[in-house]
Amino acid sequence: MAHRTQPIRPIHFILGGSAFALLLLLTLGTVAALWYRAEITSSLTPADWAAIRFTITQALASAVISVIVAIPTARALARRNFRGRKFILTLMGAPFILPAIVAVLGILAVWGRSGYISDFIANFGLGPLNIYGFGGVVLAHVFFNIPLATRLLVQGWSSIPVEHFRLAAQLGMHTTDITRHLERPMLRAVIPGVFLLIFLLSVSSFAVALALGGGPKATTIELAIYQAIRFDFDLAKASQLAMLQFALCATIGAATIVIAKPMHFAQGLDRRAERWDARETRYRIVDTAVLTVVCLFLFLPLASVFLRGIVPLFTLPAPVWVAAFNSVTVAVLSAVLSVCMSIAMSAFIIRIARKRKTVSQVMEVVGFLTLAASPFVIGTGLFVMTFPFVSPFAIALPITALVNAAMSLPFSLRVILPAMTRAEDHYGRLADSLGMQTWGRFRLAIWPRLKRPVGFSAGLAAALSMGDLGVITLFAPPDVATLPLMMYRMMSTYQLGAAAGVALLLVTLSVALFWIFDQGGRLEHNVR
Amino acid sequence: MTKIITLAAGLTLALATTVHAQDKPELIVYTYDSFVSDWGPGPAIEKAFEETCECDLKLVGAGDGAALLTRIQLEGPRSDADIVLGLDTNLTARAAATGLFAPYTNTPIALDVPTDWTDTTFLPYDWGYFAFVYDNTKLKNVPKNFEDMIAMPDDFKVVIQDPRSSTPGLGLLLWVKQAYGDRAPEIWAGLAPKILTVTKGWSEAYGMFTDGEADMVLSYTTSPAYHIIAEGDETKSAAPFDEGHYMQIEVAGKLAATDQPELADAFLDFMTSDGFQSIIPTTNWMYPAVFPADGLPAGFEQLITPTDSLIIPAQQVQVARDKALAEWLTELSR
Repeated sequence: MAHRTQPIRPIHFILGGSAFALLLLLTLGTVAALWYRAEITSSLTPADWAAIRFTITQALASAVISVIVAIPTARALARRNFRGRKFILTLMGAPFILPAIVAVLGILAVWGRSGYISDFIANFGLGPLNIYGFGGVVLAHVFFNIPLATRLLVQGWSSIPVEHFRLAAQLGMHTTDITRHLERPMLRAVIPGVFLLIFLLSVSSFAVALALGGGPKATTIELAIYQAIRFDFDLAKASQLAMLQFALCATIGAATIVIAKPMHFAQGLDRRAERWDARETRYRIVDTAVLTVVCLFLFLPLASVFLRGIVPLFTLPAPVWVAAFNSVTVAVLSAVLSVCMSIAMSAFIIRIARKRKTVSQVMEVVGFLTLAASPFVIGTGLFVMTFPFVSPFAIALPITALVNAAMSLPFSLRVILPAMTRAEDHYGRLADSLGMQTWGRFRLAIWPRLKRPVGFSAGLAAALSMGDLGVITLFAPPDVATLPLMMYRMMSTYQLGAAAGVALLLVTLSVALFWIFDQGGRLEHNVR
Repeated sequence: MTKIITLAAGLTLALATTVHAQDKPELIVYTYDSFVSDWGPGPAIEKAFEETCECDLKLVGAGDGAALLTRIQLEGPRSDADIVLGLDTNLTARAAATGLFAPYTNTPIALDVPTDWTDTTFLPYDWGYFAFVYDNTKLKNVPKNFEDMIAMPDDFKVVIQDPRSSTPGLGLLLWVKQAYGDRAPEIWAGLAPKILTVTKGWSEAYGMFTDGEADMVLSYTTSPAYHIIAEGDETKSAAPFDEGHYMQIEVAGKLAATDQPELADAFLDFMTSDGFQSIIPTTNWMYPAVFPADGLPAGFEQLITPTDSLIIPAQQVQVARDKALAEWLTELSR
C-alpha cells in the first residue's frame, strides 16, 4: 500500500477536510464556546474526581463484558444459517437506540424487584432480586452494547473471504485451526475498535447509570457536566470536565489503535461462507445455547416494551404522528450526512496514511471524538455559538440532524474505513493501471465494496438519530417536536401509558429504518 | 439526496416563516416542557389568553425549571422571550441576581398561597407540597415522618430524584434540611438503606413506582388527584408527614429586555385571573395561586392538607442548598 502513489486530490482535501473541521467545531469548538461564555471559574472538587473514577471503572467493565459475550454470539451467528437469523440481526438494532427511560423500565421489567425473574424465584421462597448498584449499571450497559458489538463482529467475520473457509475445509482444518488462522487475526483487528466504541458509549451514560446505580455513588462525568451547567451555571467547570472526557477518549483511542493489528486477507468473491467444520454436534450445542441465552437477555426487556406499548399505540393522538414524521426526516437526513462524512474522511485518511502514518492515526482518533463529547456540552455550546446570529427555532431540525450525524460518525467510520481500505488495497492497483481517477474510480472500484458497510452504517445512524433526545431540547420551537421529546413530555404529565405507546412506535420505526438501509446495502450484492 | 436537502431547506424555511411572519403582536413565554405538552396547561391557556389579547402567544418549552433559567442566562439580554414562566422559589434569588428580570408593578391580587408573598419581581401561578406517594392497597403501615421511614422494615423501598438534576429532588433535600437542620446528615444516613435508587428526573422515578419497583415515590400531595380525576383510580395516596411538607411555589416573571412590556404585564395579570387559574388544577396538577370562584375541582377535597408548610426563604436557598447537597452526597455515597 505504501509504495503506491495515488495522489491526494483537491476534492479529498475539500470534502475530507471540511468533515474534519465540522467534527472539531462540534467537539472542541463547543467546549471552547462554553469556556469563552463562562462567568465564574472553579476547580474540580473531590466529588468530581469520584465521578471520573466511577465513570472509567464502569465503562471498562461494561466494555470488557460486552465484548466477551459478543464474541461467541457473533461466531454463532456467523457460522450458522437458520431461520430467524436475519430477524435476530435486525432486532439487535433495537436495544441500542432505546431512550434511557424506556431502557431502564424495560430492564427493570425483567430484573427489577417486581420483574419477571423476581416473580419466578419468589415461587421458591427467594428474592426479590436487587440489581441496583455497580452491577445494575454494567448490566444495563451490556444490554445496550452486546447487540452493537455482535453486529460489528459479525461484519468482521463476513470480511474473511469465503475462499479462505473453503480452502480450510479442503485442507481438513478443524474448528480450532480455523480459529487460529482465520478468526483470531480478524478479532485482533476488530475487537480494539469495538471495545473503544462501547467504552466511550458507557462513559457518556448518565440517566441509566444513575437510575440503576442506586444512588449518587453512580455519578458519572456526564452528570457532573449536567450539574455544572444546569444547577450551578458553571460553564467553565463544564468545559473542564468535557476536556477531561476528551483526554480520556484520546488516551484509550490511541491505545486501541496501537493494539489493533490490521488484518491482511486476500480479496474474495464476496459470497456467504459455508462452515463444514462447525457441523459437529458439540458446536451446534454451544452455538444454540449461546444464542438462546443472549436472545433471552436482549429480547425479554424489549418484549416488555412491546407489551406495555401495544395497546396505547393504536390510540396515540395526532401530534405524535407529526413528531414521528419529524423524527424520520431528521433520521434519514442524518444517516445520509453521516455516511457522506465517513466516506469523505475515509478517503482522506487512506491517502494521508501513505505519506504520514501518524497524521492519519490522529485523524482516526478525531473521528471518535464525538463519542467522548457530552451531548449536553455540544447542545449548549452550539446554542452559545449560533444564538447571536440566528434564531434557534429556525435551525432546530437541520442542526439536530447534523449533531446526530456527527454522533453516529464514530460507528460509520469504524465500518466504512476498513472496508474502503480493503477495497483500495485490492482494487486500487488495478484502478491505477486503468487510469481511473476520483469519481470513476470511486463508482466502479470502491463503491461496490462499500455498499454493504454503507447500508449498515446508514441504518445505524438513522436508528441512533431516532432515539436521541439530543440538542432538540434546546432548539425546539413551539409546535415542533421529535418522538423522544414527545415521549418525555408525555411522561412528565402523568401520561405513562401513552408514552409507552410512543416508545414502541419509536423502537419500531428505528428498527424499520435500520432494516431498510441495511437491506438497501445488500441489493444486487452478488450480481456483477 | 438532493431531494432530502431540498426538504431540509424547505423545513427550515417553513419554520423560519412561522416564527417571523406575524401581523399581530407576539408574546413569547419560555416555560418548562410539561407545561407546553398537549396534556399540560399550555394549549388551553394559549387559547384563553389569545381570546382576550389580540395577540399571538407563543409558549416555548425549554426543559425543566432549572434548565429554563440556564437557557435565559445563556441568551442574556438578547433573548426573544418576554416572560419566563416556571421558575420556583428555589431559583428566584438566582434568577433575580442575573438582572435580566423586571419588577411586576401592577397591583398584586390577593393570593391563596400558604405563605406571605413579598417578592416584587416574580408572581406565583401555582404551588404544591412535596410528598411521598404510595399505593394504599399495598402499603398498610404508612410512615408518618422521616424517622418512621427510617424504622420501616428492610424490604421497604422508596425512589427519590437527584437534587442535582431534578426539581422535586432538590425539594426533598431542602425539606429534610428545613425540618431537621443539623440532624439532616443523620436522617439521610438512616434513610440510605431504604432508598432503592435515585433517578435523574421525576418521570423515571414515578414510572418505577407505578411499575411496582418501590413502595413509595417522591412526588406531590396533588399527584393522587391525577389518578382520581383522570383515571378514576383511588389507590394512590400521599403520606402526611408530621414534620410538615416542603412547598414548591411556581412563578413567572417579565424580562427587562422585553419588546412587549404592556402585553407582558397583561399576561401576568391574566395569569392570576380565573381564565388561567381554573385550568391549572387538572392540567398541571398543582394548587392554583388564586382559587377559582367555583372552588377546586371535585377530587381535590380527598387530598391531604399538611398542617405545617415548610419553605426556605428565596435569599437563603443558595447557601442552604450547597451545604445540604454536600451532606446528601456524603451520606448516600457511603
